Amino acid sequence: MNKEPIIEVENLTTRYGDTTILENVSFRVSRGEIFMLLGASGCGKSTLLKHLNGLLRPSSGRIIVNGTDITAADEDTMREVQKTIGVLFQADALFSSMTIFENIALPLYEYTDLTPGMIDRIVKMKLALVNLPGYENHMPSELSGGMRKRAALARAMALDPLLLFFDEPWAGLDPVTAAELDILIRSINTAMGTTMVIVTQELASIFGLAQRVIMLDKSVRGIIAQGDPTELKEHSQDLKVINYFNRKATGGD
Amino acid sequence: MGLNGRASPIQYNSTRFKDLFLTHGLSLIYILYYKPQTPSLFGEIMKAPPVKKKEYSLRVEDREPGDVILFVSGRIALDDLNDFTSDARSILQNKPLKKLMVDIAGVNYLDSAGTLALFQLEEEQTARSASVTFHGVTDEAKGILNLLDKKAHHIPPLVPERKPPNILEQMGEATRLLLNDFFEVLSFVGELILALISSLRRPRSMRWNDVLYYMKRAGVDGLPIVGLISILMGLIMAFMSSLQLKQFGANIYVASLVAIAMVKELGPIMTAILVAGRSGSAFAAEIGTMIVNDEVNALKAMGFEPIQFLAVPKLLATIIVVPLLTLYADLFAILGGLVVGVVGLDLTAYSYIQETREGIAVFDIVASLVKSGVFAGLIAGIGCQRGFQVHEGAESVGTFTTSAVVSAIFLIIIADSAFAIILNYVR
Ligand SMILES: Nc1ncnc2c1ncn2[C@@H]1O[C@H](COP(=O)(O)OP(=O)(O)OP(=O)(O)O)[C@@H](O)[C@H]1O
Ligand SMILES: [Mg+2]
Repeated sequence: MNKEPIIEVENLTTRYGDTTILENVSFRVSRGEIFMLLGASGCGKSTLLKHLNGLLRPSSGRIIVNGTDITAADEDTMREVQKTIGVLFQADALFSSMTIFENIALPLYEYTDLTPGMIDRIVKMKLALVNLPGYENHMPSELSGGMRKRAALARAMALDPLLLFFDEPWAGLDPVTAAELDILIRSINTAMGTTMVIVTQELASIFGLAQRVIMLDKSVRGIIAQGDPTELKEHSQDLKVINYFNRKATGGD
Repeated sequence: MGLNGRASPIQYNSTRFKDLFLTHGLSLIYILYYKPQTPSLFGEIMKAPPVKKKEYSLRVEDREPGDVILFVSGRIALDDLNDFTSDARSILQNKPLKKLMVDIAGVNYLDSAGTLALFQLEEEQTARSASVTFHGVTDEAKGILNLLDKKAHHIPPLVPERKPPNILEQMGEATRLLLNDFFEVLSFVGELILALISSLRRPRSMRWNDVLYYMKRAGVDGLPIVGLISILMGLIMAFMSSLQLKQFGANIYVASLVAIAMVKELGPIMTAILVAGRSGSAFAAEIGTMIVNDEVNALKAMGFEPIQFLAVPKLLATIIVVPLLTLYADLFAILGGLVVGVVGLDLTAYSYIQETREGIAVFDIVASLVKSGVFAGLIAGIGCQRGFQVHEGAESVGTFTTSAVVSAIFLIIIADSAFAIILNYVR
């Protein structure tokens, strides 16, 4: 695996008002890997993801994405960085007043000088890639949840990003659709070398896809484990980690 | 919003005259011919509820004085909760109790509410300092008895860390919120103006299709209602004033009265209030919903500036369209006055128009256009600002949509008063 880091997080501390969510968190994501953020509900995974894609600014610490320090970057710098990343939100976040075509074409129109004909071809190609061929004139509300998620993935990939962020992409998908999404994520990763940072709780996908994971925990406001998920499952001494990977309740047995 | 000038699927159908008359006429007929059907409804309600057969039975057996067995059998479920509790209470009421054995071997159906009834019984009798034990507990019953926490209703509710504030604190808090709101509005207006300027500097970055779309939504779609209300206002004003002016033979002044009142005050204000109700609210709701659905976050993550992307086209469209709507409202009101003048006051159309032209100066029209442009800025600005204030939940979309209209109307009135004073000196 390529060891050059694409994301470096150093001593990140994040707060909402007076509540500290994460404290002194440091980790790296290597270029081209599938990296997952795990942890119990409410431990700050979504918050961390929003820091990595520039939606939130840290209280202290440093975040470097693709060589650019975005900790206190001005808007133009941030925009340059954001052009190289794609984000898939848990609630798909397609623009509900635009067609699927317009959703995917929006960043292309905005950030490139491509001709409309070329943009049309790109959009159709992306739609075929996520297995939604021919759906360009549908409105988001006319698609099912799983289809919307794939359309949102096509939009996130419109500019061929170096980095893709996903927040719980498998939530609410049926097992078959979830498995299809697994295959899609893996093939995009291998074919284009896109780095994937994924927040998820889906054990099957964690073991099937993740090359490295970090697990966050509320009690320490930070990382309690990191590494290869299969190894963590077999060798971790931490009860929380063991329970998590074995899907075991903390209370009784 | 639409790329390529595509219309949004979620849009109001333009209110056409035909539709207006159709719906209103129909509802009038409905009201006239509606016969309330209360008697039968009343009868339904007054009917006594059917007497329910008890499906459980209770039997008491004294082993020794103070040592009692209560045999419970049958079905104890949610419907029986009240009856069971009071029956058990009354059956045990007059007995001196030290030991109570509750035998539930005969119970063939027990749900969580039934279990609760048993717990309640235990608790009540324990409170009378009897020791209560359950016997004949089947495996199934044991399962449900163990699953439920009999002390659950003693668990105090978690107190979120806030004390109930006293009246002074409440007043302070309200003031703080009001001031905060004021500063938020100010800073938003600042950002909005900067974004507007930067968009106008680089016209290519402006979303012109959206501007056109919102011009249609705020302007064209508003034509029927603005026209209708204006013509009615013209008619009413002319008619009411003519009743007075007729007495002095000053019929002709009806024309200038309508023209001056409309152009100087009522036209801009009324149009602005209608636009606030139609479009200000729509702007707030649209942006608010986008925030709730993470669409605004998606925009930000793509590197778009939400204010530039969402608010500037709306602002520009409103500023272009509202002065035009105001002119249109003025024209329709004058038309309404003209109808009264010609039909009711024996004026010729020519003399009416002549008098109207003499009544208003170019300065008045220009001032009224400037005024309505400012109103338009206030409506769009506050509509978008309220939309961006939405944080979570469908409920807050509703709250801020209402607030957008109320605040817009408030600001319009304030600005109008300011204009009244300023124009007085400028003239
Ligand atoms: N806007 C906010 N203001 C204040 N606190 C917040 C806000 N958003 C999140 N929090 C708090 O931050 C903590 C972490 O939230 P976050 O959404 O990151 O959790 P998560 O790990 O993504 O959980 P889940 O798996 O349930 O999505 C939670 O305790 C939450 O209450
Ligand atoms: Mg989350």
